[in-house]
Amino acid sequence: MNPSKRNSLTFQELILRLQAFWAERGCVLQQPYDVEVGAGTMAPETFLRVLGPKPYKVAYVQPSRRPADGRYGENPNRLFKHMQLQVILKPPPENVQELYLESLAAIGIDLRKHDIKFEEDNWEAPTLSAWGVGWQVMLDGLEITQFTYFQQCGGIDLFPISAELTYGLERIGAFLQDVDSIYDIVWARDPETGHEVKYGDVRLADELQFSVYNFEAADVEKTWEHFRLYEAECQGLIGQYSTVSGDKVPGDGIAREKSRFPLLAAYDLCLKCSHLFNILDARGAISVTERVGVIALVRALAVGIAKAWVDQQKSEAAAAEKSDEPEPVGTKKLKKVNEKLSPVGS
Amino acid sequence: MIDAALQELRERVGALLSRERLAANQIAHFDTPRRLAVLASGIPATQPDVTERMNGPSASVAYKDGQPTPAAHAFARKAGVDVSQLEKITTPKGEYLAASVTRKGRSAAEILAENLPKEISSIYWPKNMYWRKLNERFVRPVRWLVAMLDGETIPLEFDGIQAGNASRGHRILSHGKVTIPRAGSAYVDALRVAKVLGRGEREQNIRKALDAAARYIPGARWREDKSLLDTVVNLTEFPSVILGGFDPQFLVLPEEVLVTVMRDHQKYFALEDSSGQMLPHFLAVLNTEGDPQGLIRHGNERVLRARFNDARFFWETDQKRSLLERLDLLKHVTFQKDLGTYYEKTRRVQRLCSWLSEVIKQSGMPVRPGVIHKAACLAKTDLTTELVKEFTELQGIVGGLYARAQELDPTLPEATRLAIADTIYDHYKPESTEDDVPRSTEGAVLSIADKADTIAGMFALGLVPSGSKDPFALRRQANGIVKVIAEKKLPLRLMALMRDARAGYKGSEAENKFVEDEKFDGAVRVFFRERLEFYLKDVCGYAYDVVKAVLAADADDVVDALARAEAVKQVMHMPEFQAIGAACKRMRNILRQAAEKGIDPAAKFEYLPEAAAEEKNLMAYMESTSARVEEFRNNKEYLEALLLLSTAREPVDAFFDKVMVMVEDEKVRANRLALLRTLLKEFSTIADFSEIVTEGKA
Repeated sequence: MNPSKRNSLTFQELILRLQAFWAERGCVLQQPYDVEVGAGTMAPETFLRVLGPKPYKVAYVQPSRRPADGRYGENPNRLFKHMQLQVILKPPPENVQELYLESLAAIGIDLRKHDIKFEEDNWEAPTLSAWGVGWQVMLDGLEITQFTYFQQCGGIDLFPISAELTYGLERIGAFLQDVDSIYDIVWARDPETGHEVKYGDVRLADELQFSVYNFEAADVEKTWEHFRLYEAECQGLIGQYSTVSGDKVPGDGIAREKSRFPLLAAYDLCLKCSHLFNILDARGAISVTERVGVIALVRALAVGIAKAWVDQQKSEAAAAEKSDEPEPVGTKKLKKVNEKLSPVGS
Repeated sequence: MIDAALQELRERVGALLSRERLAANQIAHFDTPRRLAVLASGIPATQPDVTERMNGPSASVAYKDGQPTPAAHAFARKAGVDVSQLEKITTPKGEYLAASVTRKGRSAAEILAENLPKEISSIYWPKNMYWRKLNERFVRPVRWLVAMLDGETIPLEFDGIQAGNASRGHRILSHGKVTIPRAGSAYVDALRVAKVLGRGEREQNIRKALDAAARYIPGARWREDKSLLDTVVNLTEFPSVILGGFDPQFLVLPEEVLVTVMRDHQKYFALEDSSGQMLPHFLAVLNTEGDPQGLIRHGNERVLRARFNDARFFWETDQKRSLLERLDLLKHVTFQKDLGTYYEKTRRVQRLCSWLSEVIKQSGMPVRPGVIHKAACLAKTDLTTELVKEFTELQGIVGGLYARAQELDPTLPEATRLAIADTIYDHYKPESTEDDVPRSTEGAVLSIADKADTIAGMFALGLVPSGSKDPFALRRQANGIVKVIAEKKLPLRLMALMRDARAGYKGSEAENKFVEDEKFDGAVRVFFRERLEFYLKDVCGYAYDVVKAVLAADADDVVDALARAEAVKQVMHMPEFQAIGAACKRMRNILRQAAEKGIDPAAKFEYLPEAAAEEKNLMAYMESTSARVEEFRNNKEYLEALLLLSTAREPVDAFFDKVMVMVEDEKVRANRLALLRTLLKEFSTIADFSEIVTEGKA
């Protein structure tokens, strides 16, 4: 038995420590995004923030849903919905790897007593037209983090690039507490009574019922219908944006019209499509010929939004520059960057 | 990847030093997962000075009345010497001015600072990245740079990093920064203190540690695995080894599954007893000094237990649905977006298998078409199992294991059921040139049909591999087909095989996107010829010219090409064949020149009254031997055929010594051309001897 088990962190303490660690290093602590995503990367705090020139640092827990991975709560290592702690550092600091290792120390892992390896692992997400190079981080033979230097997102080359750290929270929790089943992880411990609430108490019903829904109950026809509706609306918005930014002469009016254009809402619709596709896939409802086509549809949405988003950001930056005419260019740009950080979720 | 990059860097530095006249006595290298280093010793501090002669204007222009003209002054300026130092040289064109110019050698530091960054940025990486600047690419972010000439830092910059004398030690076991006192072995020594070892030392330490750890289990030894060893050597800077164990219960899972989890997923070495039986233990290579508290062992055992539990869970879940019941599920698994599903592929492969079985059967080779048919039907069904979704590298193998465990059709005799299971198990083989071919003829047929169907579909779509682009690994698959046919000695012709595989797509939707048949045939022929050439040359080791000669005669029948290559190899060094090779070249030239002039050979050679004695002699020789040669050839006794043909040297040489082919008399000329054509054909059906490189001339 791991001698540290008794004083090991609860699941929620693990999250709190990691969040505190990254907050102390200048990260915005975002809250989980409230639309279903398959991975923390898909949340707008990553997918959109890594685009364009603005520096940004953010950390957030993201429950990630993968309907096909559900196991009715019967498999001790597999989940339909798992939690990632996602950190985006844009641009990456020089010592990003060392910072990451310090974060492990912050959750009580004494690296001198363990074996840590960075193994080559290049990440790629074709549906987002995104990829990067990096490592999977192995702790005593367990993959605990995906470490990626993002190179492209939504088909757009990134500059500056971002470092993306994705901690697998359940794996780390099970490691720290030395339990063989995710469901046995202590989520919370009452400091007064010592009463423990386990991961299974919190999430088991979730796993069972969503597995039933995703594999058995989801109405295929209606799910298709939802998909089509979301897809059409998203596509419609992307089309409208290009009309707004189209052949008109640039001016203040256009800039205003552009900056209020609901691309963020369009992105939510795209996420919906992606999730519905995953349900249909788990349900075995996507035929071969459809499959390739549907993936291409979702990718087209993601790429379309990424392109429009970059344009929207540019036009805002340009407008800001104009309104500040008297200031010297360099300082003004920097200032604006700091001021205009949050069209998302603010 | 690291190994290849280091090799390249070393070659680049070597080439740079030679190019710049700074050649080293010795170039050593040093690498870990976090660094690539090249250590060159004995390089001069500066380039040697070079004296060059510069040629100037002609003396008549440069001097007027013995006085230097403006042209002479201009030349002297250009050469950087005084006019009085100019010399006169005599050339075939007359007298010219010349000057000796000495170029000072530049310092090694200056040259290295200027050129090393270019060499570093030119290293090839399968996938690279940028970080600080868009155009500066490397495999991972460059964090530090050490560049030293003896005790001095070389002032160079790469990827935004200024080179210095500070390196870094082991991430955990050292304090980080390591100051390098001077270039050379001091670099290696300083890093060793900081718990960073070179590749050779790491490999040696790991081997020793594996041996030592295995000794804790009486009678156990670790399974040698070179590629796993290379992997862990490149994952560590200061390796050590721990011994771990797992619940012997898991040994009921197939060994293939256990080994895949341990080796491919966890990078552990398996332990076995003296009879090769797997033991419930493993060896893990760490990147740290040791594990005194057993925490690392405990963690690794926990991970392995979870992995094995998963595998067992998948295995049990998969048994709820038999392979046969899974056949319909293949309708939902894409084979290739334009080529449809695996269900359709299954049907095509079954069809192709029955045709191949028939061909093989007709040649008198024993084969069980029923076994192949059943195996082909189930071969791809394991793609729908949880176990294969988890361990994709076990496709085929899992199908075979399940077929065995599920006992399929109870009406079949046990032996047949096992044969079906083995056929499925082997059908991806050979996965590389080194890999074994399927054990049975049935497995061989399925393996060939599966691969031929893929290649035919892709080529029909025009997706032909080119250069480094071969995303569907069609070359590997074609190599597999050639190897299986060769080693199983199957009576299959490549073009007929591929045309029939192409015919399997008849009537499918995919056909609308297919290229025309001639284009398909042409591309397939070139492709397989290359694969066969590769097999004969690189796998079997036949000389380049032998392979070329043999394939010029025919490249369609793999087994036959092999037999001919062997025969040619045996005779090619005989003086007779050296002479025959030369004669064949000569015949080919004469026939080609005649064709270019529009001169046709006679339809058939005959004894003309004008025929020379040597000509008649050669005709007589042909008539007396060609029937026997033909017989040997038909029996594939190529060595005998060639030995008999070697006796042609004398009459052929005599003919060329005495007889002129391209004479004025049209009838005689046409007759002699016909004789040469027949003769050349006789030789070339086994191999084109004009391709053989003549000894001493090559």
